[in-house]
Amino acid sequence: MLDFATLKVIWWLLLGILLIGFAIMDGFDLGAGILLPFIARTDTERRVVINTIGPVWEGNQVWLILGGGAIFAAWPALYAASFSGFYLAMMLVLAALILRPVAFKFRSKLSNARWRASWDWALFAGGAVPTLVFGVAMGNLLRGVPFSYDDELRATYAFGLFDLLNPFSVFCGLVSVAMLTTHGAVYLAMKTDGVIAARARHISKLAALIWFALFALAGLWLSQSGYGLEIQHGALAGASPDPRAKSAVLSSGAWLVHYARWPVLMLVPGLGLLAPLLVAAWSGTQRRLVVFVISSLGIAGVIGSMGASLFPFLLPSSSDPSSSLTVWDASSSQRTLGIMLVAVAIFLPIVLAYTAWVYRVLRGPVTSAYIEANTDSSY
Amino acid sequence: MSLMSLVDLSRLQFAVTAIYHFLFVPLTLGLSILIAIMESVYVMTGRAIWREMTRFWGVLFGINFAMGVATGITMEFQFGTNWAYYSHYVGDIFGVPLAIEGLMAFFLEGTFIGLFFLGWDRLTRLQHLIVTWLVAIGSNLSALWILIANAWMQNPTGAHFNPDTMRMELDSLSAVFFNPVAQSKFVHTVSAGYVTGAVFVLAISAWYLLKGRHVEFAQRSATVAISFGLAASLSVVVLGDESGYTLTEHQKMKIAAIESLWHTEPAPAGFTLFGLPDMASRSTHAQLQIPWLLGLIATRSIDTEVPGIFELVDRAKTRIQDGLPAYDALHTLRKHPEDEEARRVLTAHADDLGYALLLRRYTNEPASATPAQIERAAWDTVPSVAPIFWSFRVMVALGFGFIALFAVGFYQAARRQLVHSPQFLRVALWMLPTPWIAAELGWFVAEHGRQPWAIEGVLPTFLAVSPIPAANVALSLLGFVVFYSVLAVFDVMLLRKYILIGPRDTAAN
Repeated sequence: MLDFATLKVIWWLLLGILLIGFAIMDGFDLGAGILLPFIARTDTERRVVINTIGPVWEGNQVWLILGGGAIFAAWPALYAASFSGFYLAMMLVLAALILRPVAFKFRSKLSNARWRASWDWALFAGGAVPTLVFGVAMGNLLRGVPFSYDDELRATYAFGLFDLLNPFSVFCGLVSVAMLTTHGAVYLAMKTDGVIAARARHISKLAALIWFALFALAGLWLSQSGYGLEIQHGALAGASPDPRAKSAVLSSGAWLVHYARWPVLMLVPGLGLLAPLLVAAWSGTQRRLVVFVISSLGIAGVIGSMGASLFPFLLPSSSDPSSSLTVWDASSSQRTLGIMLVAVAIFLPIVLAYTAWVYRVLRGPVTSAYIEANTDSSY
Repeated sequence: MSLMSLVDLSRLQFAVTAIYHFLFVPLTLGLSILIAIMESVYVMTGRAIWREMTRFWGVLFGINFAMGVATGITMEFQFGTNWAYYSHYVGDIFGVPLAIEGLMAFFLEGTFIGLFFLGWDRLTRLQHLIVTWLVAIGSNLSALWILIANAWMQNPTGAHFNPDTMRMELDSLSAVFFNPVAQSKFVHTVSAGYVTGAVFVLAISAWYLLKGRHVEFAQRSATVAISFGLAASLSVVVLGDESGYTLTEHQKMKIAAIESLWHTEPAPAGFTLFGLPDMASRSTHAQLQIPWLLGLIATRSIDTEVPGIFELVDRAKTRIQDGLPAYDALHTLRKHPEDEEARRVLTAHADDLGYALLLRRYTNEPASATPAQIERAAWDTVPSVAPIFWSFRVMVALGFGFIALFAVGFYQAARRQLVHSPQFLRVALWMLPTPWIAAELGWFVAEHGRQPWAIEGVLPTFLAVSPIPAANVALSLLGFVVFYSVLAVFDVMLLRKYILIGPRDTAAN
C-alpha cells in the first residue's frame, strides 16, 4: 500500500484531472449553450447547435457529478466546507444544471415558438451561470474565504453570496466565461457546417483573444494583490488529517512563490496563455480537431495554474488561516484513499474507452438537412 | 430554537427533493428494463411492432429520465450544501459508494442514453440493443450503490470513530458492500421500480385497449408488463425491506413503531392489523391483532422476541449513560491528544458515543445532564409512531394489490381475453398512481423511521446540518418547490401529449 502522504498527493492530482476533465468535456457543451441564442437564428439552426451536444452532454455532465462524489469520498472536509460555505452560489448552479436536462429534452417536443425560445434561453442560462459561478469560486479560493473550525471541526462561515462577488473574483468568473465560450465555439466549428460553422470560427477567434487578455490581466492582478497563505508549522504530510493541527498565516504574494522556486512551473500558466493565441491564429484552418485539442490544453493550463499556485492549499481561510484546508489535512483516511484510487484506476479507463467509442459513432457534422429529415427523433 | 428551525428546514428540503426525485427513479428502473426486453424481442424476431414498442415507450422513458437526472444532481450535492457536518463526519465511508456510483453507473447511463435515442441509424440492431441494455444496467447499478450508501446510514458497519480526525473512518469495504440491510434494500427497491414500470406500461396500454386504439401494440405491451410485473410484485412483497430490520437497535425500534408495539410481547408476537397509535399516552387504541404474524415477518422464526418501544427506550437510556464517558474522553483528547487514559476510555465506550450526542439537543454539557434530560433524549429515539404505522399498512396493502392485479391480468392474457376484460382494464388504468404512492410511503417508513438518527447510533440528525442561516435554507426550499412544480407540470403535459399521439401503427408481422 502506498504511504499516506503519497496518496494525498495522488488524490490532489486526481482532483485536478477530474476538474480539468469536467471543464474540457462539459465545458464545450456549456459553451455551446452560452452561444446558442447568438450563433443560431432560425429554429433549424438552433436545433443544429442543440443536436451537436444533445447526445453527449449528459455523459459530459457526469464529470461534474463524479467530481462531487470523488471530493466527498477523498476530500470530505473540502466537500463539506465548500458546498455549504458557498451555499446560495451552489443553489444557483444547481438551478442552472437542473434546467439543462429538461431543456434539451423538452424544447423540441412542442412546436410553439415561445416555448422553444424560452428553453433556448434556459440552455443559455444553464451554460452561463455555472461557468460564471465556478470562475467566481476560483477567484475566491485565491483570495481566501472567511471561515474557521471549532474543536469538533464544526465550521463557521462569515460570508454571504454577495461577499463572493468581489471585483477580483468576478473578473475570474469572466475568464471562465471567455474560456468556455471559446471552447464551445471551437467545438461548434468542428461539428457544424455552412453558416453556423462560419460564425463559430469567427466567434472562436474573438473569444480566444478575450480569454488570453483576461487571463493575462488576472495573472497581473494576482501578482499585485498580495493574496496568499503560508503554512508555518504542524502540517505533517503523513499525519491523520485534522485542519486544526497546523498553523498558517497570510503571506503576501505566497501564490507566486512556487513559480519563483521552480521556474519550469511557468509552463502551466504559459499553456493557458499560448493556447488561446493559437486558437485565434488557427481558427480559420480546416484542422478543427487540432484546434479543439489546443483549446482543451489551454483549459488544462488555466485550471492547472490554480493548483500550481495554491498547493498545498485547497480552501484557504482568510479569517483564520490555521483553519485552512490543505492537501495534508483535508483528505479521507489512508484506506479510503487507497480503495478509491483502485476504483478510479479500474473504471476511468473503461469510461474513457466507451466514451471514445460513442464519439466515434456520432462523428461528423450535424447539418440542417439532417435536422429537417429527423424532426421527430432529434433534440 | 433557531437551531431547531434550521434543522427542520433542512430536513424538509431533503424530504421534498428526495420524494420528488423518487417520482422519476422507479419508473426509470422499471421502464429501462422493460424497453430492453422489448428490444431484445425485436432483435430476435425482427418484427417491426417490437421496434415501435421500444421506440414509443422509449420516448416516454426519455422525458421521465431527463427529470430523474435533473432532480438527481440536487441529491448528489445536497449532502455537502445542507449536511456539511454529516459529510465531514462520515464522508470517509459514505462518499465511497457515491463516487463509485458515478464511475460505474452514471457514466454508463449518461454516455449511452444519447445513443439510445439518436443511434438507431448509426448502429447495427445488435449494437443498439447492447446500448439499451447498458442504459438499463447503468440505472440499476446506480440504485445498487446509492442503496449501499443508504443502508450504511441504517446499519453503519465496517467503520470506527477516530478522535484525531473527529470523524468515522472506514475499516472494511466488504462490510459496507455486503451489509445485509443493503442487500434487502436493493432487491426490494429495484423490485418496486419494476412494479412501477410494469403498472405504467399496463395502465397506458389498458387505456388504448379501452379506447380500441393501437390494439395489437397495446396487447403486446400489456402482456410484457403483466409477466414482468407479476414477478416483480411477488418479489417486492416477499423480499420486503423489513427483513433487515431485526439487525440493529434502531431497526428494532422501527419495527416496534411500524407495529405500534409499546411493550415487548412473548414470541411469536401478533401483527396489529388495525389500531390508533397514540404518542401522548404511549399506547395503541382499538387494536385488532392477528396472532403470530409479526413474529414471523420480523424474525422469520416463532421463538424470537420482538422488543417493544418501552424496552428499547430503556436500552437507549443505558446506552446514553454508557456514552457519557466516551463524550468526556473525546473532549479531553481534542485538547490533549497524548492523553492515553482518555484514549482508552473513548475506545471502551466508542459504540455509545452517538447516544451521548443525543443529549446535545438539551445541553452543551452532556456530562452534567439531569436524569430528566436523559429520559427525554432516550424517548427521542422513538420516531412518530402513527404515520409510520399507517404508511406501512397502506404500502403493504398496495403491494398485495399489485400481485392481485398482475395475477388477474396474467390469467386474462393467458386466455387471450385482455381485450374483452373492460373491468380489468379500467382497474389497471386507475391503478396508475399507486406504485408511486407505495414507493414514497416505503421511503417514508425507512427514513422517517430512522429518526432521530442521521447515521443510526452514530450521529443524530440535528447535529448533522450545515451551519448556515436558516433563511438561506428557507429561500432554497421555496425555490425548489416552485421550480420543481413548474417542471412537473411540463413533464406531465409532455407525457400526456405523447400518450395521446400514441404509437405509429405498424403491421404486426
